Amino acid sequence: MEYLTIQELVETAEKKKMSIGAVILEDQAVQMEQSKEKLLSQMEENFRVMEKAVESGMDPELRSTSGLTGGDAWKMMQYAKKGGITGSFMTKAMARALAVSEYNAAMGKIVAAPTAGSCGIMPGCLVTMMEAHQIPREKIIEGMFTAAGFGIVIAKRASIAGAQGGCQAECGSAAAMTAAALTEIMGGTPKQAADACAMAIKNQLGLVCDPVAGLVEIPCIKRNVGGIMIAFSAADMALAGMESKIPVDEVIDAMKEVGDSMPCAMKETALGGLANTPTAKRMKEQVFGKKEA
Amino acid sequence: MNVFDIIGPVMIGPSSSHTAGAVRLGRVAWQILEDKPVKAVIELSGSFAQTYKGHGTDKALIAGIMGMDSYDERIRCSLELAREQGLEYEFHEVNIPDAHPNTAHIFLYGESGKTADIQGASVGGGNILVEKINGMDVAYTGQSTTILVRHYDRPGAIAAVTNFMAYSDVNIGNFRLSRQKKGGEAIMTIEIDGAAPEGLTAQLKVLPHVISAIILKVI
Repeated sequence: MEYLTIQELVETAEKKKMSIGAVILEDQAVQMEQSKEKLLSQMEENFRVMEKAVESGMDPELRSTSGLTGGDAWKMMQYAKKGGITGSFMTKAMARALAVSEYNAAMGKIVAAPTAGSCGIMPGCLVTMMEAHQIPREKIIEGMFTAAGFGIVIAKRASIAGAQGGCQAECGSAAAMTAAALTEIMGGTPKQAADACAMAIKNQLGLVCDPVAGLVEIPCIKRNVGGIMIAFSAADMALAGMESKIPVDEVIDAMKEVGDSMPCAMKETALGGLANTPTAKRMKEQVFGKKEA
Repeated sequence: MNVFDIIGPVMIGPSSSHTAGAVRLGRVAWQILEDKPVKAVIELSGSFAQTYKGHGTDKALIAGIMGMDSYDERIRCSLELAREQGLEYEFHEVNIPDAHPNTAHIFLYGESGKTADIQGASVGGGNILVEKINGMDVAYTGQSTTILVRHYDRPGAIAAVTNFMAYSDVNIGNFRLSRQKKGGEAIMTIEIDGAAPEGLTAQLKVLPHVISAIILKVI
């Protein structure tokens, strides 16, 4: 497959009467000249790193290298045990997304999915799905192939780098890929997975990349929480039978157009948005001292 | 692009250019030293100089100098490990004119008196570009297996090396020569297709005018 359109993935899956995840696995085995088993076990290994990051990041004492962040995942998990407004399913998923993102900022071992800045979204959703809905591990791993296939198309048609497309390209892509995976994991059709992807992107269109002091911490860590909420809600909308009125490939193109027209100050340069607030500037001085190039 | 470019790599946070790329630069210096490093003097230029502490770039560079890979969980505590293992280090913030914003210049001193001097940049996504080795221009990216041959600038030195590689059925994809001055020390940067056959560097080292030969694997 060429991975130039999501439509190609949907049509191939429909024709073969397979899930998109299974189609991607089959195709990648051919393209990478490796057995399906080998690819499955490599993906499983990545999932294991994600699970471990969820666990290690859930530490009240965890602090980032800069000292600006850490410990919020643990706080959220204590709260999640009581349920919270959205119930313990959603609040635990939030805590897990925070754990992985905070662990990343503390120089922990993570899986870029698709990037380090958005690395909490997929594990936050998948680990929680597995626990709450008793999803078998193999199904989760297959879902990761679904996610990766959607990610390749997004990377080719638009971008997955904050410096090129803003945060919509990082957390937006992560949420969109994950939404598609969640839909297939719950038995949705290929078309529904594509709709879930489209609806997730639509909800993060225009999101800028404005990291305080240029660090992958503020607001990145909390945007991973936003990412899981959007991934779950987009998947739920698709599974309810809602369709994206704008076809997914056109939505991805819109994301590219929005990213291209975003000013440079809003694309990872730490010159605009939240990074340009008085508090952010004070934090920057606190971390790096008062010298400026 | 494949599925593991999207869900992957497995890496140490917080950012591929400030950790993975920095570890790789340190690791190249370690490979070139071919000795146990006891002292590292590291000059940081541009954005690296401004932000290295917040990103943990210092820990990443030292981890690489100690031979760690970019996914090694000990990177976070590499500075403590360095002190335990008797590796002294200093960081200096400098301005290297016309250098990429994420540039590091690493001087290494080994236990048995060897030294290495490399300058390179972390160019994004964990990729690196090593621009200078011992003051000579190179262009090592880690995308293909690369053989670095330090030698004296004498007639036949290059022919001897490339003939031997032809004889060993190794195809050269790219060749670059740099020398300090006519007749002085020089360096060949040879990118080859596929992996290097076993024992290649040992055999290259005994060729006339060759000082050292090392293989840098694909990273």
